Amino acid sequence: MAQGTKLGFYLLLTPLVLWLGLLIIIPHIDMALLSLRERVGVGEYATSLANYRGFFGEPIYMWTFLRTAMMSMLATVVTLIIAFPVSYYIAKIAKGRVQSVLFLLCLVPFWVSELVRTFGWMILLRETGLFSSLLQWTGLADGPVEMLYNDVAMMVGLVYTSMLFMVVPLVTMLESLDDAVIEAGYDLGGSGASVLREIVIPHAMPGIVSGSIVVFMLSLGNYLTPTMLGGKDSLWFTELIYSQFIVRFNWELGAAFGFMLLILSSLIVWVTLRLTGQTLEKTMGS
Amino acid sequence: MTPDLECQGLTKQFDETTAVRGVSFSVAPGSFFSILGPSGCGKTTIMRMIAGFLEPTDGDIRIKGKSMLNVAPNKRPVNMVFQHLALFPMMNVADNIGYGLRRKGLGKSEIARKVGEVLDRIGLPGIETRKPDELSGGQKQRVAIARCMVLEPDVLLLDEPLGALDLKLRERMKIELKSLQAEFDTTFVYITHDQSEALVMSDQIAVMNAGQFEQVGSARDLYYRPKTAFVAGFVGDSNRWRGTVERVDGNRIALRTADGMLIAGATQGAPLATGSAAEIFLRPEAVRVAQDAADLAHFDNRLRGEVSSLLFNGAASRILVRGESGPEIEVTLPQSGEFANLTKGAPVHIGWSGDQTACFAAGS
Repeated sequence: MAQGTKLGFYLLLTPLVLWLGLLIIIPHIDMALLSLRERVGVGEYATSLANYRGFFGEPIYMWTFLRTAMMSMLATVVTLIIAFPVSYYIAKIAKGRVQSVLFLLCLVPFWVSELVRTFGWMILLRETGLFSSLLQWTGLADGPVEMLYNDVAMMVGLVYTSMLFMVVPLVTMLESLDDAVIEAGYDLGGSGASVLREIVIPHAMPGIVSGSIVVFMLSLGNYLTPTMLGGKDSLWFTELIYSQFIVRFNWELGAAFGFMLLILSSLIVWVTLRLTGQTLEKTMGS
Repeated sequence: MTPDLECQGLTKQFDETTAVRGVSFSVAPGSFFSILGPSGCGKTTIMRMIAGFLEPTDGDIRIKGKSMLNVAPNKRPVNMVFQHLALFPMMNVADNIGYGLRRKGLGKSEIARKVGEVLDRIGLPGIETRKPDELSGGQKQRVAIARCMVLEPDVLLLDEPLGALDLKLRERMKIELKSLQAEFDTTFVYITHDQSEALVMSDQIAVMNAGQFEQVGSARDLYYRPKTAFVAGFVGDSNRWRGTVERVDGNRIALRTADGMLIAGATQGAPLATGSAAEIFLRPEAVRVAQDAADLAHFDNRLRGEVSSLLFNGAASRILVRGESGPEIEVTLPQSGEFANLTKGAPVHIGWSGDQTACFAAGS
C-alpha cells in the first residue's frame, strides 16, 4: 500500500520535474554559461564578465532597460486604475447572469491571438484608420491623423493585453470580501472613500499585488506590442535581446541581456513586495 | 418621554412581494426589544430599513423623535451588530473599535483612551493588538458590540448575532448580552428566530409572521396569553388539536376533535361561535400526570392512557401518552422523583385545566 502511494507520488511529480528541468532550469543554466563566455578568436572562447561590462558600459542599453521598466510600471498602474472599478462592479454590484456575462466579456479578447489583437488596434489607430476617418468626417481634424507608432499607442496596447490578468485576481479577492463588512464600514460612519481606503483596498491588497506582478512581468517581457505599436523612439528591452540573438548573432551578449532582465525584474518585484508589506506566498496563494 | 425608536406604518415592497406590511411599534429608552419570527418573515428587512440599507416603500422611522427617512446609513445614530459580526479582518481589535471614532475625526490619544475604556467594560482589557481571527467566538461577539457601543448610538441593532455560536456558548452569551445591555444602558433591538434567546433577554418581544406583527408583549404575555394561533404555536411547545366548538360559556368553550374527544378549553383572544372550527393549544407542562385518577378530580379534562414514549432530556424530560382515542399527548414529567421509574407501556392518568389552554378560530 505504502509502496503504491510512493509510486503514485513519483509519477505525479515527474511532469513537474520535467517541466521545471527542461523548460526553466536547464535553459537558464545554459544561458548563464553563455553569458559568461567571451569570444577571443575564431572558435575560441574564454570565461569573462565582458558581456556584462558591455551592458553597463553602453548607456543606450541601460537607458532602454530603465525606460522599459518605467513604462511597464506605468502600464501596470494604468491597468490597475482601469481594472479596479471594473472588478468591483463585477464582484460586488453585478448579480447572477450579468456578472458572468461581464466576466466573459473580459475574456473574449483573449480568444484571438495577441498578433490579431494588436492588428485590431492598428486598424483603429493608423492614418487611414477608423478614428482618423471619424475625426475628419466630424470636422475635428483637417487631414489624416496618425495615432500609431508612439508611446501612447503602445501603452494602450499593453494595458489592453494585460487587462484580464489584473481583473481575475481582483475579482477573486473582492468576491471573498463579505458584503456585511462593507456595510459595517458605512454603518459605523464611514463614507465611500474611507470604506474604500480602509476596508476594500486593504482586503484586495494580495489581489492587487499579484495582479500587478503578473501585468508588470507580462509588459516587461512583451515583444509584439512595443514593436508593432511603438515608434522608433519607443525601443523596448526585449527588442534589444532579439536583435542581439537574431540580427547581430551575438548570443553571448543576448544571454547577458536576458539575465539582466531576469535579475532586475526580480529585484523590482521584491522591492514592491517589501514596500507593500506583502509576501509572495500570500499573494500567489490567494 | 419620546421613545428611542418609533416605526409607523412601515412597509417594504420588493417587486411583487410585500416583505413588511404596515408595521408600527415603539421602543422605550434603555429597553431590550426583540423581533421574533421564522426566517423569511421580514424581520431582517425591518432591521435593514432602520439601519438605512433599505429605503421603506411607505411609513416612517423616527429615532429620538427625528425622522430617519432620506438619512444615509453613516449619518444615523444607530449601529448594527451583523449576523456574522463583520469585524474588519484586516485590522486589529483596537483599529476595529477605533474605526468609527476615526470617522468622527477624534484625535489618536482620545481614540486610544476610549478603546481602552470600552475594552475594560466588555471585560477584555489588553487585547488591542490582536487580530479578529485570533479571538474566540465569544470574544469576537463582545468586540463587535464594543465597536458599536464606543460610538454611543441611540439604538443598537443586533441581527441574530448568536446564530453562529455553539449551544453552550450561546447560552452564556444570552446572559452576557443582557448584562452588557444593562451596563451600557442603551436601547437594543434584537432580531432572532430563536425563541429562547428572545424570551430570556427581552423586555418586549414582537412576534412577526408574514410581514406583520402578530403580537407585541412581554415574554410572559406571549407565553401564557398568546393572542393568535401563530403566537401560541411559535412560542414554546404545544399540543395542538383541531375541532368544532360545541359549547360556549363566556371565554370557556368545549371542543370536539375529529376523533371524538371532548376537550374543555378557554379562548384567549377573539371569542368563538358555537359550531365554528377551532384550534386548541395545550402546553406540555400544563398537564398533570398521576398514578391514581382521584388525584386529578379537580381538573375538567381527564384522560386515561399509557406511556407510548419516554423522551428523556434531563430536567426537561417528557412522555408521550396515548389515550383510548386521539393522538399522542406530550406531557412534561415532574422532577420530584415519583415518576423516575416510569416505563414504556405503563398505564397513567393525565389531566389539565381548561383555563390553561388557548383556543383560536382555525385557519387564522
